[in-house]
Amino acid sequence: MSEVGSEANPLRVAIVGAGPAGFYAAERLFKEKGLTVQVDMFERLPVPFGLVRFGVAPDHPKIKSVTKVFDRIAKKPGFRFFGNVDIGEDVSVEDLKQYYHQIVFTIGAPTDRNLPVPGVEFTGNYPATEFVAWYNGHPDYRDYEFDLSKERAAVVGIGNVAVDVARILVRDPDELAKTDIADYALEALRQSNIKEVYVLGRRGPAQAAFTPPEAKELLELNGVDTLVLPEEAELDPLSQESMVAAGRGVVRNVEIIQQMAQNEPTDQPHRLTIRFLVSPVEIFGNEAGEVVGMKLVKNELYKTESGTLRPRATDQFEEMPIDLVFRSVGYRGVPVPGVPFNDRWGVIMNQEGRIVDAETGEQVIGEYTAGWIKRGPSGVIGTNKPDAVETVVHMLEDLQTDKILHPAHSQAGAAEVFIAEKQPRFVTYEDWLRIDEIEIARGQEQGRPRVKFTDVEEMLAVVGK
Amino acid sequence: MKVSGLLATKSPTVITIHPDQPVADAVTLYGQHNIGSLIVVDRDNHLVGILSERDIVRHLPEYDDVMGTAVQEIMTPRVIVALPQDDVMSVAHTMTERRFRHMPVVDEGELVGIISIGDIIKCQRDQYRGEIATLETQIMAENI
Repeated sequence: MSEVGSEANPLRVAIVGAGPAGFYAAERLFKEKGLTVQVDMFERLPVPFGLVRFGVAPDHPKIKSVTKVFDRIAKKPGFRFFGNVDIGEDVSVEDLKQYYHQIVFTIGAPTDRNLPVPGVEFTGNYPATEFVAWYNGHPDYRDYEFDLSKERAAVVGIGNVAVDVARILVRDPDELAKTDIADYALEALRQSNIKEVYVLGRRGPAQAAFTPPEAKELLELNGVDTLVLPEEAELDPLSQESMVAAGRGVVRNVEIIQQMAQNEPTDQPHRLTIRFLVSPVEIFGNEAGEVVGMKLVKNELYKTESGTLRPRATDQFEEMPIDLVFRSVGYRGVPVPGVPFNDRWGVIMNQEGRIVDAETGEQVIGEYTAGWIKRGPSGVIGTNKPDAVETVVHMLEDLQTDKILHPAHSQAGAAEVFIAEKQPRFVTYEDWLRIDEIEIARGQEQGRPRVKFTDVEEMLAVVGK
Repeated sequence: MKVSGLLATKSPTVITIHPDQPVADAVTLYGQHNIGSLIVVDRDNHLVGILSERDIVRHLPEYDDVMGTAVQEIMTPRVIVALPQDDVMSVAHTMTERRFRHMPVVDEGELVGIISIGDIIKCQRDQYRGEIATLETQIMAENI
């Protein structure tokens, strides 16, 4: 038989997960000169783009525009999309090995960590990730309910996800009505009684994990007083010392935070307060089991041996009345059956994207990973590009040395027949483009970028599946 | 980026050596695993030092038989360690300031990895590349 990767015998790659890491991996494979490659991308949902569709905030359309670039990758000859196919459920990893030379897992990090404090069981303590998925119309979360009839919410964590949640809670619904936010979420936010939102950071202004544009946006929200307690905006001596070597983002963050500290509260309908150097130590509930308050401990910073400024609890506490808690303390990956998992870091066990055996550390031939499930949740959308490129470069090296799978069925068309057998209602890229077109048309009627389908059956119905 | 993110894509196995083994064993391990530094642990797997290529070179003039010398004679015994939650940027700063190239990572007293200055430079490079890729993708999208 002719060499794998030639026109007569293309390299067959399965990419599991249709988020940014998956598309960047596909892009890099298509760029390889002299290689003929067939990329089959599998997605559990009928629609692609992962966190670009279900994570990026609806009021950030510019960030979502990257999907146009992903569309171009999907148009390459040799690219196929199999939406509504759950690897592990409809088709197993073992099945994939019968049809592909290489398999790349780019399934992201879907769950969140809970707070290690008493009282987390009270109603009204939600993972921020679920709230995000809900307002973005993720089919798995559309039936979730968030009680927005109360007045005070705390967002624990101080990264961009925390800031997104806080902003969506206080933003004028008339502004959100111009976005592709889920209709049911818009309706709930219109009915919302939330007046005050606190964003709680464990460390100080110089260690805030949000990026300057996200922070600056908070200052510009209509109808919102964005505040920082003046004493918490002041840098402690260790942070001051660290500013000498700080990057531009940190310097800008500190400037913006200090600007917020100069704001005087006016009579705006919403108030957003960013707190620093505090950690929740307990959530209080009432007899009905609902969150009614929170106990915070004041932190101080200390320097670890290696020079990081970390929070350490002091003996000063405060209690604040709170009705809702959104925790945003990090996404975490979940294991795929049959794929080695590194429980310590919450990622697939890998070495620069090559999956390795958990016991022996030996490479698992033909299996790779990229994106958050490879490195953990960090960076921006584009961070997945160098990450995916690293993985693909190793895949190409392994192709050279024949460290690939030799599937029993590698002839053209074999995989499609098999998948159609296992999941007859699979969605092609053309189907997705049709769904996309309808969503955009529905949006145009209302002056919105799109109105998403949020129900899998509905998505399938419009493409006749 | 945290140190944990950097360890996530590295081999989960940390190559170690015992203090009473000869330096020759260390040199063999450097070659076998293509590394430049070894964590020295006692029989209970507690961190007792680090032995880098540099430690060996530094002691070459003093010893007639460096290869036969016990690791503990020439290792660096007091080791600064990183925690998984440490910021990569501040670890980079400390490594540069203190002029060392490897740092063991310890989680609740357990040795969980080692990071080199090379890992850190790669991490910073990929962070910048990622920011550039984000902007590039946005500009490309505007022109489609």
